[in-house]
Amino acid sequence: MSTPHDYSLTGPSSRYAIEHGLANAEWYRAPIPRARMKELMKRSDGPAIRDTLIWIAAFLVTGGLASYFWPGLWSLPFFIAYGVLYGSSSDSRWHECGHGTAFKTAWMNDAVYNVACFMIMREPTVWRWSHTRHHTDTIIVGRDPEVAVMRPTVILKVILMFFAVPQVWGAIQSMLRHAAGRLTPDEADFIPEMERARVYRTARLWLVIHLAVIALSVYWGTILPMLLVGPLPTMYGAWLHIITGLTQHAGLPENVLDHRLNCRTVYMNPVLRFIYWNMNYHVEHHMFPMVPYHRLAELHEEMKPYCPPAYPSVLAAYREIIPAILRQVREPGWSVERPIPQAFPAQPAPAE
Amino acid sequence: MTNWIEACAVGDIAEEDVMRFDHGGRTFAIYRSPDDKYYATDGLCTHEKIHLADGLVMDNIIECPKHNGRFDYRTGEAKGAPVCINLRTYGVKIEGGKVFIAAD
Repeated sequence: MSTPHDYSLTGPSSRYAIEHGLANAEWYRAPIPRARMKELMKRSDGPAIRDTLIWIAAFLVTGGLASYFWPGLWSLPFFIAYGVLYGSSSDSRWHECGHGTAFKTAWMNDAVYNVACFMIMREPTVWRWSHTRHHTDTIIVGRDPEVAVMRPTVILKVILMFFAVPQVWGAIQSMLRHAAGRLTPDEADFIPEMERARVYRTARLWLVIHLAVIALSVYWGTILPMLLVGPLPTMYGAWLHIITGLTQHAGLPENVLDHRLNCRTVYMNPVLRFIYWNMNYHVEHHMFPMVPYHRLAELHEEMKPYCPPAYPSVLAAYREIIPAILRQVREPGWSVERPIPQAFPAQPAPAE
Repeated sequence: MTNWIEACAVGDIAEEDVMRFDHGGRTFAIYRSPDDKYYATDGLCTHEKIHLADGLVMDNIIECPKHNGRFDYRTGEAKGAPVCINLRTYGVKIEGGKVFIAAD
């Protein structure tokens, strides 16, 4: 490859992206009429309140029954379900509430955001800013801090991601670093000065909570509290959000300026869509991040003429993703090409 | 003396909406509030220079279309991350069915 290829935010790829117009660039947007967009962007509390009440009830039922049957074998199915809620559905709640679109009422977004952040071990201020950058420079090497599968692919790392091993290891290091009042150079690149005190404060609070859960387990002489709160449920429940999350960008091109090329929209069943809060409409979400999750299916209908066909299922997406990331072990410059409708050509990326 | 510039006609902006207005190499956002008042600010978000006119007006808030940063368009006040710098506001007057902004 002629372009530098390191994923740090302060290295040669970052300089390359800035010098070549890949940073803070203009991205393709489907020409949806303003009046329709206004309808789709409109906020309401109803759907997210309904979904959040179901979500809380599901936590209480699965967590309650898992604890009731503990340590018997019958606790296992309830822990599996609880883990999916804790370690996977928190991904979409973190995401949607971070955008401030799930609820109309700001404090509701903030409340669910902070709880979900704790569950998935993403520090709220840090990840708010990293996700802002992810939307500005989606899968731009050296700019996007949220590239899930870096190239060349390290297969062992991808496998371990399903158990949140690299994520939790990174999160613990990050929490300790921030509790000590320090940032990495990459973090300093996307977290403004005025937000840093909040980062340190939250990390210290989280550390106290995690230590309290451990202390409670020791005091009661059972691992049960740690199976319900903390890194363990984040890990044993991560698998589903990795299955859904990898469909977003894995195997697709880096350094392009068109979300139709580097995002996937994948049809999923209603249960997955509840857990994932409709992030399967990922092209739509990236092109118009102001549209709440509960209107994305409608936006998808509006955008169909401008976009490549959606993948009919998760399985169909993985038929593409697995060979792609395996190929990228040896050919990091190769990526899947999406068929853009001829009438609405792709936004050209700046020439090398 | 205030330099009043004609930006648009009163009916050009729907209620609780925003319109882009470019003038003299600058870009502005003109708002019509739910109580039928008009306001004007710089047209680009102070966070990453995105056109606010593509965003969403909710009551007295304009939300940036790219990162959902929110401002009170009456005062320009940034309402929290990822927007940290206030938006510049401009005076507005209505005369003869036209909206004028005081762009200095």
